[in-house]
Amino acid sequence: MTAAGNLIRQRLGALLDRRLFLVRRSEPLPARLGHRRIFVLPTATGVAFGLTLLTMLLASMNYVLSLGYALTFLLVGVGLVSLHQTFRNLIHLELLSAQLEPAHCGQPALLRLRFRNPSDHARIGLRLRRTGGGEAYFSLDPHGDTGVVVAVPTSRRGWLESGRLVLETRYPLGLVRGWSILTPEARCVVYPAAEDPPQAFAAAIGTGQSEHAGKLGKDDFSGLREYRPGDMLRHVAWKLSARWDDQFYTKQFDGGNAAQLEFDWFRLPPELGTEARLSRLTRWVLQADASGLAYGLRLPDRILEVDIGAEHRQRCLRALALFGVGDERG
Amino acid sequence: MNAAEGAPPLRPWHGHWLTACIAVTLLPHVEHLPIWLSASCALLLAWRALADRSLTPLPGRALLLFVAAAIVAATGIEFHHLLGKDPGLALLAGFACLKLLEARSLRDGRAAVLLGFFLQMGQFLNGQEISVAALTLCGTLLAVGTLLAMECEAPWQTVIAGAGRLLFMAAPFMLALFVLFPRIPGPLWGLPADAFSGLTGLSETMSPGSISRLIQSGKIAFRAEFDGEIPPPRDRYWRGPVLSVFDGRRWEAGFTTLSSSPPYEVSGKAYRYRLTVEPHNQHWLLAMDFPAADDPRTRYSSDLRLVSVAPLRSRQRYELAAYPAARAGQREFTHVIRRNLRLPEGSNPRTTALGRQVAERFEAPRHRIEALLGTFRELRLEYTLTPRALGLHSADEFLFDTREGFCEHFSSAFAIAARAAGIPARVVTGYQGGEINPHDGSLVVRQSDAHAWVEVWLPESGWQRVDPTATSNPTRIDNGILGALPDIESLPLFMQPRMAWLRSLQLRWDAVANGWNQWVLGYNDERQRSLLRGLGFDGGDYRHLAAAMVTLVGTLMLGFVTWSLRRRRRGDALDRRWQRFCARLSRAGTRRADWQGPLDFADLAAARHPSLADDIRWIGGRYAELRYGRKPPSRQDLADLDDRIKHLDIR
Repeated sequence: MTAAGNLIRQRLGALLDRRLFLVRRSEPLPARLGHRRIFVLPTATGVAFGLTLLTMLLASMNYVLSLGYALTFLLVGVGLVSLHQTFRNLIHLELLSAQLEPAHCGQPALLRLRFRNPSDHARIGLRLRRTGGGEAYFSLDPHGDTGVVVAVPTSRRGWLESGRLVLETRYPLGLVRGWSILTPEARCVVYPAAEDPPQAFAAAIGTGQSEHAGKLGKDDFSGLREYRPGDMLRHVAWKLSARWDDQFYTKQFDGGNAAQLEFDWFRLPPELGTEARLSRLTRWVLQADASGLAYGLRLPDRILEVDIGAEHRQRCLRALALFGVGDERG
Repeated sequence: MNAAEGAPPLRPWHGHWLTACIAVTLLPHVEHLPIWLSASCALLLAWRALADRSLTPLPGRALLLFVAAAIVAATGIEFHHLLGKDPGLALLAGFACLKLLEARSLRDGRAAVLLGFFLQMGQFLNGQEISVAALTLCGTLLAVGTLLAMECEAPWQTVIAGAGRLLFMAAPFMLALFVLFPRIPGPLWGLPADAFSGLTGLSETMSPGSISRLIQSGKIAFRAEFDGEIPPPRDRYWRGPVLSVFDGRRWEAGFTTLSSSPPYEVSGKAYRYRLTVEPHNQHWLLAMDFPAADDPRTRYSSDLRLVSVAPLRSRQRYELAAYPAARAGQREFTHVIRRNLRLPEGSNPRTTALGRQVAERFEAPRHRIEALLGTFRELRLEYTLTPRALGLHSADEFLFDTREGFCEHFSSAFAIAARAAGIPARVVTGYQGGEINPHDGSLVVRQSDAHAWVEVWLPESGWQRVDPTATSNPTRIDNGILGALPDIESLPLFMQPRMAWLRSLQLRWDAVANGWNQWVLGYNDERQRSLLRGLGFDGGDYRHLAAAMVTLVGTLMLGFVTWSLRRRRRGDALDRRWQRFCARLSRAGTRRADWQGPLDFADLAAARHPSLADDIRWIGGRYAELRYGRKPPSRQDLADLDDRIKHLDIR
């Protein structure tokens, strides 16, 4: 019964979303709010206001109060004008861009949006709300633009879309709520939650003496490779790079005595589940990166060679986030 | 709606707005509220104001409940009941202030504003003058401002300006609805007994002092606009309640019957006029003697009055005619004649004796009346607004002891004497005279023109008016009360001659107020129908009205929405011309791509339309020149370009 009810509600919701609210899976930006996307309905206060007016009208009729009629009708006019003003507060508003910043699962991902007001009138008391997430209040001057940040909740590692945003306003009188549903095209990767409390990573470290080639350290110069973003600046072979056009080179060092960290999926305790493993590995990656250690990652489906730097960290986290999910789509 | 949405707290800033809004809303009520309640309201408002300045904490719930109970109890004691207009308004005022002190969230604040709207409406139960409307408008402005302030934080000037703009934009809707909303006459359900208690005017009884009390009031009783000639003052007797039952002290109306045609033949000179009667919650219409009306709302009573079918609870207009020379009541029922001869045993022995004396000396009724009037004149009675109080036999004491009185004393004494002399007589109350407003030409009759006179019945001519007041002061009839009273000081201020400028100002204001009464307050179902008929809608059925109303309001709303949907036109005057040119070519099949400059495009178009090549090239070149050249295009340049584009003969 409840299950069937839920299903019907879901289907109906989806139908309404598609047909009435014109919600798209994700819309390309910049987007401009057209009149078909703006909805207005009275708020609870608006309904109370309406009932007040009805009572006032009945009283005017009963007591034959001409001014009572006049006041009632003036307020009816105020209600209608406020309906229109609410609509006008949203119409033609432009969403210029949307960026979603990666986050660890359980922590909110920040969605950075940029709105622009192309009109001569200010937009006041706008509220942007992510369903189940954060909300932000903002206003826009005539022809002004502003950045808005809302938190998007994360509950699962993998791909995260900006999702369904509700831009709403109750300006001017709080009698009418006007809203529009936005689904800006923006996505990011949600990294697995870092394990807490952290476990020492001794157990899963490959000592790296023999079996893995290219374990990198800081001590002995071992060669050059092309610069990749994220390499430490002091490792860049400046003189050499200056000699050739267009290309920077990074010096590579053999680790020598430095610890060679290789976080290996298969060396984790067998009783750990997939998510727990990913969580632990994520913590280790973060710790190693924070201590400036070089580390590599061994996952069942891919191996990331030992390396350091921000870019490497991100590659590792991304691999952990998308483990078993697929790189292209979430 | 989840609970969190109503929860945003009410900040001091909002509190200031609310306090101001409720205070201004209550201001016009103060006059009608009991003093203790006004004081409590002021105290509660002050508390809120102090709390918003963090000088005191807001009261707890228990204290508020106690104050609420106290207000209810005190209201009950003050008015002896709780259901009714006055106690209702008192409770509403008290609760609005309590709500203000209780308000912690925005939702509470909004509820208080809605209560404020109710209170503003309630004000109209006490009066609907222009001043009241203006004060109420201030309250409404503040209330809308309060709602606005809860949505956007801005300096108060900005908020007031915003609220003003909202009201201004709402005005067309108000006008459309006010004119077209189908008006329903009369109350929908029973009204509390005190609903119209504020209305003053004549009453259905008369005892010494009742009219002189009335005369202190400068309130307007009714207005008359005559078509053409205005009757002379001596004909301006406006008939109110006719009192034919005397119990020794009080005169009361007797039993009358109603009919839809007048009980007399209309003849003689006729005056046509429109009578606008202020509501007095009674049936009488105060028409000029003797009335004829062709109005389904009216009936003729057997005592020669014109009465309304329904009590006058709102200002009404009537198209009437008056026949002052008509003869009425030549054939009167014997029971009526008998009733008008009846006197209570032992009351006013001296006056009765006077009547009998006259009856012995004269045979013809006409002579008896002459004799009585002569006696009154000989008694040298003084006409004064402030007569000494009279005892049990008021007519005796008036005629023979104090010898000073007002019109009610004169008429009462004369009617008693006439009855004693065997002439059927009764007292008629109403208004006499009135003042012509030089600003709009209408005749204004105030409560201060209230008067009482006597009607006697003579077998050959029927009911005849006799005004015994004229025996003491003939000028009362021709010059109104102003000329009649020797003691100016006792006159109400507005009537004193040295206040002539005040009077002129008042007349001017009256003319404005009359327009207000006629067109705003007096706008009712009937006015609505005639207005629509004037505009060419037939019938004026409520369905037509509703349709017209919905159409007009819809159009207004559509206009507003279209206005906000329109985008600003891009570009200046030059660009618009270029766009027009491109649009014309586009219709002919030559579309300009976004990357094409004016010269490129002109070349392309010239190739497509060889017959127009020169013109097209000229326009393209000229546009480029004006657009990118050093000098801004002159008016002449634009006109030339316009001309060439207009005469481009593209198929």
